[in-house]
Amino acid sequence: MIAATAAVAFVALSSAAVALFPRSILVFLLFQGSLLYAYVARIPGWLRATLLGAAVLVLMPAIGTYNGYYLEVATQVGAYSWAIFGSPHANVLFGGTGFPLPSWWFYPFLLIGLTVAAGTGVVLGLPVLRLRGDYLAIVTLGFGEVIRVLANNLDKPINVTNGPRGISPISRPPLPLEVSYAVGFYFLALLIVVVVILVNRRLEDSHIGRAWEAIREDQLAAQAMGVPLVRAKLLAFASGASFAGVMGVVFSAKQVFINPESFTFLESIGVLAMVILGGMGSIPGAIVGATVVTVLNLQVLKGLSLWLNELKNAGVTIFGYNLANLPTQLEPAKYERMIFGLILVLMMIFRPQGIFPARRRQRELGEQ
Amino acid sequence: MDFELLVRIFPQVLLDGLLLGFMYALIALGYTMVYGVLEFINFAHSEIFIVGAFVGVELLLGLKSRGVLDTAPWPLVLLGVMLAGMLASGALAVTIERVAYRPLRAAPRLIPLISAIGMSFFLQDVIRLTESLWRNAFNLVYPTLEPLNERFELTSTLDVSAKSLVVIVAALLMLWGLHALVNRTKIGTAIRAVAEDQAAASLMGIDVNRIISLTFLIGGAMGGAAGVLFGVQYGLINPYTGFIPGLKAFTAAVLGGIGNIPGAMLGGIVLGLLEAFAASYMSLLTGGAFGAEYKDIFAFSVLILILIFRPKGLLGEVVRERA
Repeated sequence: MIAATAAVAFVALSSAAVALFPRSILVFLLFQGSLLYAYVARIPGWLRATLLGAAVLVLMPAIGTYNGYYLEVATQVGAYSWAIFGSPHANVLFGGTGFPLPSWWFYPFLLIGLTVAAGTGVVLGLPVLRLRGDYLAIVTLGFGEVIRVLANNLDKPINVTNGPRGISPISRPPLPLEVSYAVGFYFLALLIVVVVILVNRRLEDSHIGRAWEAIREDQLAAQAMGVPLVRAKLLAFASGASFAGVMGVVFSAKQVFINPESFTFLESIGVLAMVILGGMGSIPGAIVGATVVTVLNLQVLKGLSLWLNELKNAGVTIFGYNLANLPTQLEPAKYERMIFGLILVLMMIFRPQGIFPARRRQRELGEQ
Repeated sequence: MDFELLVRIFPQVLLDGLLLGFMYALIALGYTMVYGVLEFINFAHSEIFIVGAFVGVELLLGLKSRGVLDTAPWPLVLLGVMLAGMLASGALAVTIERVAYRPLRAAPRLIPLISAIGMSFFLQDVIRLTESLWRNAFNLVYPTLEPLNERFELTSTLDVSAKSLVVIVAALLMLWGLHALVNRTKIGTAIRAVAEDQAAASLMGIDVNRIISLTFLIGGAMGGAAGVLFGVQYGLINPYTGFIPGLKAFTAAVLGGIGNIPGAMLGGIVLGLLEAFAASYMSLLTGGAFGAEYKDIFAFSVLILILIFRPKGLLGEVVRERA
């Protein structure tokens, strides 16, 4: 009962705070925190559903109508949430919505993107079935480079990707609701994320999910118990890639422009950092991780840049050093690698199971 | 298809390939030595390599601004710069091992790998930050050592620059030195013992932690030397330059059989040659449809093929699987 009251109060307070201080990052993080609290607290299921539902369906878009930034964050979080799978296939997801098809084709293309990506996953998976662990990681990295080089150069002999110039403009999907585009996209991303989460949760305890888990723990034992190794592994490649493919289509429609540089290794590592931060295999973890990393990148680094620039222009002096003399090449906004790297190293050393560990990982990594 | 042209450029391509191959071999040693003792891919090795290149360029630029670069004897300058690069890279490698890998030695395999990837990214931006603060630029050009630009005409279709010769000779010397160190000295025996069986080695009175640090030091130093040579040979470096050569060198290490030192050398040379020939001949052989830009794809396809058909590499032993 106390927990329930606390959860309601927490969500209500933080929502009010967000309404009052729409531009503060701290308040926004507080709001996210309250949602998480509602998610993990020991409260009745219906209350949890109502609280989260109200926050996600009503509050966020309502706030969003007068402050676009939250939707930016929320949509990015949505776009990145496929990372729940931790699939390394971010580079594979050329959802090619580039042709001048009527814009409603976007929806069928979600399916096409899914199928094509799943197919790509299988094609990539076939040759590396025999590899495990670090070899597999390096080979997928190699594949990422291969795809990028291909995308960069497939403007001849037949122009498929338009090379480094990229494809633009990509038509945006028509939305059924009479709302602003940002709000509409938010709901679209939300819908897809919900579907992805539902599918994932069902997969986890399904026949296939258990087979995957068995293979992960001990390949030989799994095979002895009758798990079809090849089929299960290919299925894992296909399903991981298909989620990425769907998000690739959404991503390209949101950005209106893609080129090979949109899918660099950096993006994959950013996603990896989100997953690791939140906790591998944990759905709330992935959402928290995505939020924190996105806010760090979009807000903190950029804010630092702006602030430094202002100080520079004002010619402030610190300890006898005039900030106007700072090198012009010093742009904090460009140092996202440092953040990703720090997150990865620190998390591995101090909390490899992540902030919100999945139960299984906790058992594996938590008790050392 | 112009057959005569194919034949005419052959020696030049061979030379370029060897040059690239020695470079890969030097970097690959760092991967393979660490893998030999820890069964772990030191992903940050590409940054250890590029740090060597940056230390080199800073020293050379420093000498240049004092006006002594052109008056000092170039072998001495090059030797000093290489030693400094090796020292810096070696020290960095040891530090990374101490900070980011040693606490994770008992953890599941994926954990140190992720830590290494994080370290790699972190270091890239640390280099960028340092250079931005210090020099207000992070794309740096190696100052030229004039005598190294001289070209010798061997035949009418083949000429070689002094630079390339120096790089090849230096690389060969280092590969030979490492081979001697590992196979003929007590330290080398200790390294091989630790690679074979850590527990047994420590029972024989070998300080395993010290040997692991030493392995990182040697591998890092080789990478640093390769960094300086890379800068001297190709000129332009930035903090992100190391990634692709690093990935290629890892490919070379796998190609030769990871954990196997002669294998890394052989793998590097084979990969360098393959790449040089792919870059020069692909366009000629396909009538211009696929050009030199596909050479990276070629290199990674080799990696994948090797892993499928001969996972232990050209010279390697069977890789044991650790659950």
